[in-house]
Amino acid sequence: MIKTDILIIGAGPTGLFAVFEAGLLQLKCHLIDALPQAGGQCAEIYPKKPIYDIPGYPEVLAGELVDNLMEQIKPFQPGFTLGERAETIDKLEDGTFVVTTNKGTKHHAPVVAIAGGLGSFEPRKPILENLDKYEDNGVAYMIKEPEIYRNKKVLIAGGGDSALDWSIFLADIAAEVTLVHRRNEFRGALDSVEKVQHLKNEGKINLMTPSEVVALHGDTKLEQVTIRNTETSEDTTLDIDNFIPLFGLSPKLGPIGDWGLEIEKNAIKVDNSLDYQTNIPGIYAIGDVNTYPGKLKLILCGFHEATLMCQSAYQRIFPDKKYVMKYTTVGGVTGFDGSKKEAPKAVVKSIE
Amino acid sequence: MMSDIKIKIIDREGVSHEVDAPTDMNMNLMEVVRSYELAPEGTIGICGGMAMCASCQCYVLSDHQLPEKSDDEEAMLSEAFFVKDNSRLGCQIHMTEDLNGLEVELAPAED
Repeated sequence: MIKTDILIIGAGPTGLFAVFEAGLLQLKCHLIDALPQAGGQCAEIYPKKPIYDIPGYPEVLAGELVDNLMEQIKPFQPGFTLGERAETIDKLEDGTFVVTTNKGTKHHAPVVAIAGGLGSFEPRKPILENLDKYEDNGVAYMIKEPEIYRNKKVLIAGGGDSALDWSIFLADIAAEVTLVHRRNEFRGALDSVEKVQHLKNEGKINLMTPSEVVALHGDTKLEQVTIRNTETSEDTTLDIDNFIPLFGLSPKLGPIGDWGLEIEKNAIKVDNSLDYQTNIPGIYAIGDVNTYPGKLKLILCGFHEATLMCQSAYQRIFPDKKYVMKYTTVGGVTGFDGSKKEAPKAVVKSIE
Repeated sequence: MMSDIKIKIIDREGVSHEVDAPTDMNMNLMEVVRSYELAPEGTIGICGGMAMCASCQCYVLSDHQLPEKSDDEEAMLSEAFFVKDNSRLGCQIHMTEDLNGLEVELAPAED
């Protein structure tokens, strides 16, 4: 069981900055994120896009902002559970919470701050009849163990980096790799595109464009697919063992939606007049995941919400302690790692 | 001040709305739909307008001359669902005076 003071669900910019504000109050944080890396949308969707409305930064790339936040919170030694999705929450008799991920990792904390953004990123599924019947019976949306495709006939669909990269990777492992895409053009790193071209010329990748999978066949497991050429409308039937559609990720509020929190407009309602607490005391929601009158989904608003949340969390964890906010220019930053940053002291010395 | 234009938007329930869209606020079609709440928040404009999701996909019904699709829009539409020949991403269609009378239908949500 992982124990912490504030358990933050979502490691995007808002969740990361909450670690800093909590650290100033000597509160420890642990973050859970469904993605394999910290940074949320900034790292996953648009790391190379510039942001112009972070106060004090005329321009900063989303990926750089994440790197800076990680550097800023380093002294407060946050823990991370990455690549796992927060699944269930249980309130214990003493008012603290246990959050369990889809992989069974348990986290115990007196305060939970949901900084889940748009939700956890789930694979986009194509719209095909009986698709769910073949899930785990030949259809998979991500490749966890490439070895299971050894000597299999694999069909990959998609036109982005992951479709290209996995086609290249599996070309050496699988008996056959077919790559299906609705267009002739692929959107990916140049050398991936060139590598696929090369493997196609060598006959190691069977490229079918512009076409799409329109039907799945098989009694208990996937055995065949029908592929339609989108220009000629000609159908081809192909014997395959595995179908891996790689159509990117889309965010879903997911299991958090079933935690008994008040939901409005696909977001969690919070008390914005005070501390961004939800209808369940001890559970807060900050950043893009929350809603209140006048809500704006901006990173800078998430930073503000995270700051107020931490003050409230402190009062909740230490109801008897007196505390007033201290400026970092006055108090400096004392990390849990023993590091200390502070303003240089002025010298008092007479000039003769 | 430039004038507003009239746009006809058929929502995902099939209901038609005629709305005024400003041409002087740097708005795109996705934002117009959101400002009139013609699709629930969280089901449209998820990526914020970067052509990185297809939640604002619409079918253009009138014969207005629209700007060419960018590579990003083209690529996104190639992976979206329910795509037709007249599909566009609303976030890539900027409100200009020559779009007066534009008619669009919102594509179904992906879920």
